[in-house]
Amino acid sequence: MSDATRPLVTARPDESGLGARIDGSAVGDTIYRWTTTAFALCVPLLLVFIAMEVAAAAWPAVRSFGFGFLTSSNWDPANGSFGAAPAIYGTIVSSVIALVIATPLALGVAVFLSEFAPSWLRQPVAFLVDLLAAIPSVVYGLWGIFVLQPLLREYVMPFLAGLPVVGRSPLFQGPAYGPSMLSAGLILAIMILPFISAVSREVLMAVPRSQREAALALGATKWETIADAVVPYARSGIIGGVILGLGRALGETMAVTMLIGNVHQISASLFAPGYTMASLIANEFAEATGDLHLSALMAVGGVLFAVTLIVNALARWLVWRVSREARA
Amino acid sequence: MTGTDTSRGSAPIAAPGRPSGVQRAAAERTRRTIGRRGAVNVIMMGITFAAAVVATLPLIFILGHLLREGASSIDLDFFTRMPKPVGEAGGGMANAMVGTLVLILIASGLGLPIGIGAGLYLAENRGTLLANSVRFLSDVLNGLPSIVMGIFAWQFLVRPMGQFSALAGGIALGAMMIPLVTRTTEEMICLVPVALREAALALGYARWRTSLVVVLRTALPGIVTGALVAVSRIAGETAPLLFTALGNNFWSVSLREPIAALPLQIFTYATGPYDEQHALAWAGALVLIGIVLVISLAARFATRSRFGRGGD
Repeated sequence: MSDATRPLVTARPDESGLGARIDGSAVGDTIYRWTTTAFALCVPLLLVFIAMEVAAAAWPAVRSFGFGFLTSSNWDPANGSFGAAPAIYGTIVSSVIALVIATPLALGVAVFLSEFAPSWLRQPVAFLVDLLAAIPSVVYGLWGIFVLQPLLREYVMPFLAGLPVVGRSPLFQGPAYGPSMLSAGLILAIMILPFISAVSREVLMAVPRSQREAALALGATKWETIADAVVPYARSGIIGGVILGLGRALGETMAVTMLIGNVHQISASLFAPGYTMASLIANEFAEATGDLHLSALMAVGGVLFAVTLIVNALARWLVWRVSREARA
Repeated sequence: MTGTDTSRGSAPIAAPGRPSGVQRAAAERTRRTIGRRGAVNVIMMGITFAAAVVATLPLIFILGHLLREGASSIDLDFFTRMPKPVGEAGGGMANAMVGTLVLILIASGLGLPIGIGAGLYLAENRGTLLANSVRFLSDVLNGLPSIVMGIFAWQFLVRPMGQFSALAGGIALGAMMIPLVTRTTEEMICLVPVALREAALALGYARWRTSLVVVLRTALPGIVTGALVAVSRIAGETAPLLFTALGNNFWSVSLREPIAALPLQIFTYATGPYDEQHALAWAGALVLIGIVLVISLAARFATRSRFGRGGD
């Protein structure tokens, strides 16, 4: 693809200067080049600007709590003490639940669509799965409150708690109210599924045809080809897709805020309510009681910003590496 | 696997006549493994197919439920009336819909020019260090949680201005649009055949004119589609508006005042205790998702009819 789309003529007018000379408007070219460059520079500048604004606002909280901000679980605006540990814990747990559920499903979808599905089925199914990504977060939240949560409370939670061995584990203890880590994790799983499956499908399709043909020629079945020749080739890209999904899950706000229960506590049970960093900001920011409270929330935002930045950069790098190899 | 293959391949050469007992046993073993491997193949195909079915179920459930719950509350009043006081049935979301429209306009005013300009740069400077970095950072920006965009806009605009405003909400959404528009614009411009660009250059067009008049114009339908998709993405965003646009129960289109928005209203109504509000939340969600789906579908068919057959 890249060969066909890469402009044969590079966009540096000074090299040939042909077009510019005939038209007599080297000035126009210069202006055009500087304008588009300026627009392009807006992207990194915006990122830096966001980081600076958030860091500046978070500074008072960082100064007064230091590293303890991340490890303390005491969040008490009335007494001016803030520790983000429950929110960080909740963010990690809900994202892990989401990944555990979504990853195998998404990989299954990606393999089915790129390897098994007949071509007439590919487009429509891919479109339906992609549409999941287009549903606004708040609509997921609404559906979660009125449909998913009652279902979990009535059927899924009692079922999990009643399982022979697993049901005894601390994961499934306590009363099943509805708002819980489990429901937040489940809605997150549905929300990140399209991201993981889209990226995985893309990298699977980028695996060279010769890779498949070689395995098939050796007598491998379709599945053996996929498991031994295609997936290993695309592995780091698939991991990139999963990490990309993780990035989405970490920062997802509305649906989680509506389902997780919003309680500052660390509980081993998935039936218990909790908090995530994003939902903490969403819930308390507009009603923050003082400058330190605001600053603490900004610091939570800063942590979220830094974590998702790293996670996303890592994911993009992994995906990029596979597509570059495939092209080479 | 390799061992079986060798014995199968070499057997006819060694003994063209009837197969020996050892060979027959080997053949039998091969047949059995082939059978087992075939079965695994079919089972795995079934599992991945099941995954595809399960993955589409939530969409069907959500859409089905939205239609069932939302359709009954949507009438003309919903589009033309203002919200009723708490506890009273009826009322509409006219202000929220207009508010969303205002927010989209502000966001587009910021996001479209920057996004299209940056996209042009990326497409015309492929492989340069700056282009690669901008593309990478634009993907990273795209993955930034929307709530972070919200606190950024609050710190940048609401705090200095001393009040929540439509402007702050619109700018938060516009910042989210930039990476989306940048990448679709780049993709669409890359689909324009190089020959077209070369023809214009050969006719003596300056580069800037070639880019704007020939290339950009050819890619325009695709760019418009990309812009629409970006709009449909931000139209449903709630988190960046929570403490920028804030929401408003009254009619307002002023940029300096708090403004209502459809997703905000859905959030408020969904988390409130009143059944009348829940009904309105479903109706609002149905309208919102209707907008998003219509745009997504339109974009799908628009890009396919234009670029589907030719290149790529």
